[in-house]
Amino acid sequence: MSTNATLPARLAPFLARRRRSYYLFIAPALVTIGAVIIFPWLYTLWMSAFDWTLGSAAHYVGFGNYEKLFGNQRFGEAVLHTFYFTALAVAAPLLLGTAAAMIFHREFPFRGVLRGIFIMPMMATPVAVALVWTMMFHPQQGVLNYLLSLVGLPPSLWVYSPTLVIPSLVLVEIWHWTPLVMLIVLGGLAALPTEPYESARLDGASEWQLFRYITLPLVAPFIAVAAVIRTIDALKTFDTIYVITGGGPGTASETINIYLYLQAFAFYNIGTASAVVVVFFVIVLALALLLLHVREKTKWM
Amino acid sequence: MAENGRNKGVEQERRRLLQAGAGAVALGVIPGASQLAAHAQGAFDWKKFKGEKIEVFLVKSPRGDLLTKYHKEFEDLTGITVGSEMIPEQQQRQKAVIEFNSGNTSFDVIAISYHVQKRLFGKNKWLDDVRPMMADKSLVDPNLDFADFAKGGLTYATQADGRIDSLPLNLDPWVVYYNKELFDAKGVAYPKNFAEMVDVAARLNDPAKGVSGFVARGLKNANVPVWSSFLLGYGGAFIDANGKLMTDTPEALEAAKMYQTLLAKYGPQGVAGFNWNESQSLFLQGKAAMWLDGIGFAQPLEDPTKSRIVGKVGYGVMPTGPKAQVSALFGDGEGISTFSKKKGPSWFYLQWASNKANQTRMLQAAAGAPVRNSAYAAAQSSADFKAPKQWVECMLTSARIAQPGLPVIAPVTEFRDVFGIALTNMINGADPAAELKKATAEFQPILDKSEKT
Repeated sequence: MSTNATLPARLAPFLARRRRSYYLFIAPALVTIGAVIIFPWLYTLWMSAFDWTLGSAAHYVGFGNYEKLFGNQRFGEAVLHTFYFTALAVAAPLLLGTAAAMIFHREFPFRGVLRGIFIMPMMATPVAVALVWTMMFHPQQGVLNYLLSLVGLPPSLWVYSPTLVIPSLVLVEIWHWTPLVMLIVLGGLAALPTEPYESARLDGASEWQLFRYITLPLVAPFIAVAAVIRTIDALKTFDTIYVITGGGPGTASETINIYLYLQAFAFYNIGTASAVVVVFFVIVLALALLLLHVREKTKWM
Repeated sequence: MAENGRNKGVEQERRRLLQAGAGAVALGVIPGASQLAAHAQGAFDWKKFKGEKIEVFLVKSPRGDLLTKYHKEFEDLTGITVGSEMIPEQQQRQKAVIEFNSGNTSFDVIAISYHVQKRLFGKNKWLDDVRPMMADKSLVDPNLDFADFAKGGLTYATQADGRIDSLPLNLDPWVVYYNKELFDAKGVAYPKNFAEMVDVAARLNDPAKGVSGFVARGLKNANVPVWSSFLLGYGGAFIDANGKLMTDTPEALEAAKMYQTLLAKYGPQGVAGFNWNESQSLFLQGKAAMWLDGIGFAQPLEDPTKSRIVGKVGYGVMPTGPKAQVSALFGDGEGISTFSKKKGPSWFYLQWASNKANQTRMLQAAAGAPVRNSAYAAAQSSADFKAPKQWVECMLTSARIAQPGLPVIAPVTEFRDVFGIALTNMINGADPAAELKKATAEFQPILDKSEKT
């Protein structure tokens, strides 16, 4: 009789059947991920081992594409441009966004309306934003040089100068994405406990001390989240740069993405482009791990 | 299945007609190649492919818009339904290469740019040779009149091995737009040769007033034709008969120095980032004395809502270089995909698109410069034709002295990129000899590889 057997023993076959049916449920997800993530990934790896230009035959070259990339001055410069652009395009919005959040955290008249206006850039389409900025950067007819002339400054070449092009592009990023950082940090500020401030005030702490030793450490995890989002966004920036400069003047603002686009879709060098993707992936992965590590350290909740 | 049968029909018919001559009766026609073969013996009939459907793949441009606008006319004429896709040039080129490479295309007819795609498409035989169909009287509109096509256009449409795999539609020779008011103010005449051109640029350059003596593209890739315009006048060439680059020869260097002088010394600030649109807007504002670019910009220059220099624009033929007077030429046309199963209807579309009416319309709408000589006379005699007389003369003269403005090779875009960067660097002060040498060394292996495989 069934009562002789222990309960777990009686359940075992049932559980085994259940387990089999679990697999059935995750199968669609597995298949989808396999088809849209894992397969393309492996195929890219595979293609990066070929010397293949569309319209010509493919030859197996092993690590040949990678060797060429590492010896390629232009690719090296593209990597440096990417880091330079990313560093500026992360740091500046973080600083300004945090400052803006501190301001908007206080009570003042029309705060809601002003906050709404402040976040409007975020809603604009990057390509449209880029086109407008292109006009504003124009050395003869652009509004930026006109503004400079109003305050008596000499005109600048903005994106038309090889040395100024990346900082100028970062200007667009700052305008576009500072509001995002502000929103995240503002959310953080709203969640802060009030007790530490009260006791610090009793101990006679100054406003700066309150900010430096209480607000900043407490809000740090939120800034870290904003940093992760900004870093990913900045690394993958393509539309702004492509529309405004196309990587120019010359190659002065050519980032890995622009270089990759040229190789894949202008020169049709599929092998080289695949190798660039793989290298870029490794870079993104390394940066992501680094940022996760930072996030762990800033955790307090 | 039906489509395959029909396709086979065209093939067989073509082969038969080539072998037996156009007059041969359809003796050897295999059953199944019915509809087409039945008509083959007769005279030309636009309705021959009635009921079929073709897909055309165009570039979003005034020319693409114009053709699309009149597709109804073609459908009424032939009974063939036209499906069309029109996307921006760059994306259109990418999509085309990817589709051809996959061994099947979603389109039957495609618009191509000779200066970019001729060699790539020719090398891979992606477009069908239209000569057999041209030779077949039952497939050629009696009004087609090939003699009417400008020689430059037909040369552009002919591959090195003699295949003609497209019909040309539009020619784009480079010319010099000049501001007559600025010229007259200083009593300067339009330059006849390169030395005068540099001299005039120097005399009309007036940075204090924000006027540049010369403007043209400085942006990498886009800027290469400016340099080619000088290179060809110096008697230079891109590649010799053995496939070796001639881009570091004394002629190429002289052309590069001229480019550097005109743009860096007499060009506007920031010209290294200028494409045609920045150049155009500067010229439109009356802030540049000369502008070297393709001939297709008359419309905005003569439009009072856009231009401050209406009626003051001169249209000059490229000045004579030390060796030759050459206008750098660009152009586009249409061909039939080799993977198309509707060769006959596609060929009809090609003939219609390049017919006199459409070519005249193109000119009237200022959408381009037609390949047909007759279009110029026809357009000028019509009441609503607004382009200045000097523009038409400039076009006809330029077309006569035109030579391809880019090398006819497969990796054209990479060529433009490598040499474009060199030219941009020159504007920013780099040494022309060193830049050309570096670019030539960088590009030679790419060229060798493309011709090997």
